[in-house]
Amino acid sequence: MLRRTLLLGLCRGPLGRGLGTHRGGSILGKVEGRGGYRGSWMAPSSSSVTFRTQDPAHDVKTVGRLGGGDRDGKMSEIKKKIQSILPGGDWNPLYDTSYLPPEGSDVVIVGGGVLGLSVAYWLKKLEKPRGAIRVLVVERDHTYSRASTVLSVGGIRQQFSVPENVQLSLFSVDFLRNINEYLAVADDPPLDIQFNPSGYLLLASEKGAAIMENNVKVQRQEGAKVCLMSPEQLRNKFPWINTEGVALASYGMEHEGWFDPWCLLQGLRRKVQSMGVLFCRGEVTRFVSSSNLMKTASGEEVNLKRIHEVHVKIDQSLEYQPVECAIVVNAAGAWSGQVAELAGIGNGPPGTLQGTKLPVELRKRYVYLWHCPQGPGLETPFVIDPSGTYFRREGLGHNYLGGCSPTEEEEPDPGNLEVDHDFFQDRVWPPLAQRVPAFETLKVRSAWAGYYDYNTFDQNGVVGPHPLVINMYFATGFSGHGLQQAPAVGRAVAEMVLEGHFQTINLSSFLFSRFYSGEKVQEHNII
Amino acid sequence: MGSQTRTLWGSGRIGSLHLVAPVWNGGTRGIGGLSRVVAPEGNQKKGRSLLQFLADRFYDVEALRDHLLRKQVSKVHQKNRPFNHINQRYGPYVAGAYFILKQGGAVRFQGREWIRPNQRGHFSLDFLKLQAVPVEAVDASGCAINYQGLDSLLALKELQSLWLQRCPHVDDWCLSRLHPLASSLQELSLAGCPRVSERGLACLHHLWNLRRLDISDLPAVSSPGLTRILVEEMLPSCEVLGADWAQGLKLGPEEQPRDTAGPTPA
Repeated sequence: MLRRTLLLGLCRGPLGRGLGTHRGGSILGKVEGRGGYRGSWMAPSSSSVTFRTQDPAHDVKTVGRLGGGDRDGKMSEIKKKIQSILPGGDWNPLYDTSYLPPEGSDVVIVGGGVLGLSVAYWLKKLEKPRGAIRVLVVERDHTYSRASTVLSVGGIRQQFSVPENVQLSLFSVDFLRNINEYLAVADDPPLDIQFNPSGYLLLASEKGAAIMENNVKVQRQEGAKVCLMSPEQLRNKFPWINTEGVALASYGMEHEGWFDPWCLLQGLRRKVQSMGVLFCRGEVTRFVSSSNLMKTASGEEVNLKRIHEVHVKIDQSLEYQPVECAIVVNAAGAWSGQVAELAGIGNGPPGTLQGTKLPVELRKRYVYLWHCPQGPGLETPFVIDPSGTYFRREGLGHNYLGGCSPTEEEEPDPGNLEVDHDFFQDRVWPPLAQRVPAFETLKVRSAWAGYYDYNTFDQNGVVGPHPLVINMYFATGFSGHGLQQAPAVGRAVAEMVLEGHFQTINLSSFLFSRFYSGEKVQEHNII
Repeated sequence: MGSQTRTLWGSGRIGSLHLVAPVWNGGTRGIGGLSRVVAPEGNQKKGRSLLQFLADRFYDVEALRDHLLRKQVSKVHQKNRPFNHINQRYGPYVAGAYFILKQGGAVRFQGREWIRPNQRGHFSLDFLKLQAVPVEAVDASGCAINYQGLDSLLALKELQSLWLQRCPHVDDWCLSRLHPLASSLQELSLAGCPRVSERGLACLHHLWNLRRLDISDLPAVSSPGLTRILVEEMLPSCEVLGADWAQGLKLGPEEQPRDTAGPTPA
């Protein structure tokens, strides 16, 4: 090895210099004619050229021997080989590691759905200076076959009871309206998220009418355009509704409707890749962390943990890569509870802060697509019945999408994404047919199931850092309204990571510590 | 001449190199270039690939291209800014009229004639004294009015007729904003708007006083004939001008055009 290097070093011709050096010699080895190494470049007397590589096993392997014969085909092969060897090509003398994540990254985002990508986007957008932060998004399923984002019905509304939810939704609608300014990638076509601005129509029975009025007051205060309708006004506007049992209705006039979540996801993905975020296809299996025993101001002892490494296991393989990180963002959606357990959140005596788990679990929800030729027309909003059943128009062919959230006792087993068609017959169709008589003669075309990242505590999102595992940030638990708040939540988490506090929308009531202190932020309008 | 000087590298030097196509075309002013957002031309592709080649390799070319794109976007924003000082001094009707005239559209006050800017964009300021006279008709055809710019229009509470033909920035979001004009608006024209689709047309049902609606020639609508039928059902008392309902229907077997040279069918 030493002898060869010395030979190469001493006998370097213009060729060795020009192609750079690699371990003292040129990567190409030596282009030789007949008869071993020469001192300088000599045009090979025969048209046969041998390329040699130096590989770690120290034995020289011949990459290719190009004989004489037709020069044109061989010339293009030579050109291709030279191009792959030069910097920027895909030749790697060791082995191909392009599927592995990098060995270190400033921020590791667990989960590549709309929330994870939104956090990545805003981190790269709000960072100063440009290119300061290395972000890695780890997503174990690059087809998004079970992700809540793409299986969602795609609605966006401001009709919530918690003011922060209304603010989040208003900003997200603003983001969607100007999506081609936010997510513009040069030379790529503009995004069309196919937004239907048809609004949401929430119906309330006698019991819920007072709550609805309160909610509408809160929503109007935050800037949502919602109007209240009496049953007669409802019958005038939408003659296909049966207003029996409806005392009040709230109708969103602007900024509400539904859109295509897959387009938003792809737009975010494309933009985020152009901003330099790395993607890795793998699963997070372990967090390596260290603990410090610290004293609070009142003298209490607290065990603060810091995550140092994230072990990312590659799909269908036992290989894993430890990624050193400074910050971990848990945006794993329905599986956030499992990721939090890996970080040791919830390991402790129950009733203490150490023993408080992240209360996010998988819940399965069904969506059915049916066809009803006599059904309501183009003006159909997203209707939500007091019983919890909902439906919306899909396309121009009198197709409708809808479903219902099951009660706690009827929760289906979330182990798979199989659809229960009896659920439609028993729980969804009767209230639908009662509310819209035309739906008595419908025909179900297809159905699918998706997961909610259901927050069993108060069905609202968890945003912000964990009080004990100080570098894990949450952006999860939105229980069915994550997609419509994703742009705003991404910005909030990015502000938290970069500045240390929320700057635009104050989400301090959504922090993790509320699970310990018991302060519920109960959202009444959850579908 | 002013617009010619904006073609930095000139059509003379590097063929027909159009920077930042499809949004910007230095050769035309205003709307003709903007409408290319929907359909970029073939020769712009060649120019664009040279620009892309350079922008991939040089940071300053990339920054220049991004800057030009942003300038184009901010130009549209600038055109749609509200004239708050005019609103405070002369009232919402005059402010709305000034906004439309500045964009290149035409305005008609109640009981008066149409006011239009001339070839060079100048218009007389006589209407400034019509503070209490409501605006009845607005012709914003071809103007660069967008979601922000509709603020000035929505203050015109007695508007009866609104023409938004061939406006390149009017899209579904803008249509969802028209509901405050529901009590007065009787005529609406959206012919030729490249960004309006059937999803935006669905929220026109708020306009219960509408009597004439023109939705012909909308390239973004997927099935024009079916959309026209659905809109007619949605607005029963409105006359809808649109695509013929038979357009896009496939002919059945008995309606296939027959070969006249063959034997006469039964």
